[in-house]
Amino acid sequence: MNFDYTFHWRPVFRKLPELLEASLVTLQVSVLSMIIGIAIGLVLALLRIGGPKPLAWVASGWIETARNTPALFQLFFFSFGLGAFGLNLTPYLIVLMGLSFNNAGYLAENFRGGFQAVPDTQLRAARSLGMSSAQAYIRIIIPQVFRIVYHPLTNQLVWAVLMSSLAMIVGFRELAGETQAQAFKTFRIFEYFAVAALIYYVMVKLILGISRLLAWRLFRY
Amino acid sequence: MIEIKELHKYFGDLHVLKGIDLNVEKGEVLSIIGASGSGKSTLLYCINGLEAIQKGEVKVDGVSVHAKETNLNKLRTKMGMVFQQWNSFPHLTALENVALAPRIVKGRSKAESREIARAQLEHVGLNDKIDVYPSALSGGQQQRLAIARALAMEPEYMLFDEATSALDPELVGEVLDTMRLLAEEGMTMICVTHEMGFARDVSDRVAYFHEGVMEEIGPPDQIFNNQKSERTAKFLANVR
Repeated sequence: MNFDYTFHWRPVFRKLPELLEASLVTLQVSVLSMIIGIAIGLVLALLRIGGPKPLAWVASGWIETARNTPALFQLFFFSFGLGAFGLNLTPYLIVLMGLSFNNAGYLAENFRGGFQAVPDTQLRAARSLGMSSAQAYIRIIIPQVFRIVYHPLTNQLVWAVLMSSLAMIVGFRELAGETQAQAFKTFRIFEYFAVAALIYYVMVKLILGISRLLAWRLFRY
Repeated sequence: MIEIKELHKYFGDLHVLKGIDLNVEKGEVLSIIGASGSGKSTLLYCINGLEAIQKGEVKVDGVSVHAKETNLNKLRTKMGMVFQQWNSFPHLTALENVALAPRIVKGRSKAESREIARAQLEHVGLNDKIDVYPSALSGGQQQRLAIARALAMEPEYMLFDEATSALDPELVGEVLDTMRLLAEEGMTMICVTHEMGFARDVSDRVAYFHEGVMEEIGPPDQIFNNQKSERTAKFLANVR
């Protein structure tokens, strides 16, 4: 085999500011989808554990779909799927909703495991001190659940950052989308995607590092 | 005063308490003994409303525990409860474990509740463990922490649910000593226990439970030496 490809990195470096700006978009949409995912995931978990039957079914349906179908198809649902019904969302909203949908499903199962790992007796002890149900959950149960799901939560954020690259297929200009757009202007496709991969790598390492620092600060017990 | 009248409790089809009648006066120490599954722990849970009841009534200082209009959270502040599995809150330090409820339930200031917590930790002999997390405490220390946590609410009654059953043998003594101390201070106590020595020495009365029925109740001398019921005698012959 003849290897006669010459690498040209200069065009990539010239567009580095654009790529970095796009990676901020990646981070923003990932973090936002995590916040939404955590809120919905918590509700889904509680509904699946002890909600009224029909709502528990809805929660189960959501969780099963999010976890057992390709993430790409979930994005398609919010773009072409809703588009077929005349609901055309902006690429940003499509990606945000797709990621949030997926995050919520995965996080719900993490939360469910977390709630089940905290013994019932903790709730009893809290209630026996005169705490209301809400006080007991907020002060005693949820902080313990949070610690149990902390690392899975970090993993999910990493997954969201990486999965957000699928957004380029629905035309959103986050890091992958921007990379593709630039790459096909110059046809330095390998170089562009190599640099983008490196940026993803650094972002993930940053997230993991910050998460570890935060854990060390948060969990003294 | 705690008044229990014709109390029936079911878990599904299982008839756990079959008509219990019992009064506990202020200042009294009552020990409840009996085999596992005889309903003694369930009785405690019914007294502070952690379990619903199917028939009868439980009154604490004249307030019906299971009545709809009763503010259970408020009523529970009168009754401290100590569990077999001590249930310390693992994410809080010893001081925070004790200070939390006075602050968020009773609305004490932060400084006040910390002061109360400090005093109660000293009370149970944990003054050198104030900033320690429960994971660094022994079972006996965690149980004393649980006692301090209950006392911080300034309860008028203390309910002990087999407080020493889950402890290593060498740690039982320190918890029993703390319970003795409370009894000497005049605390009203209901102690579900397998510690016959404690029941005999510390209680004013001892009740023997058998299959959901209060088989016999009386002063320790009667229960341990002059049982009126065959069943009580048989049970005690077996545990000794």
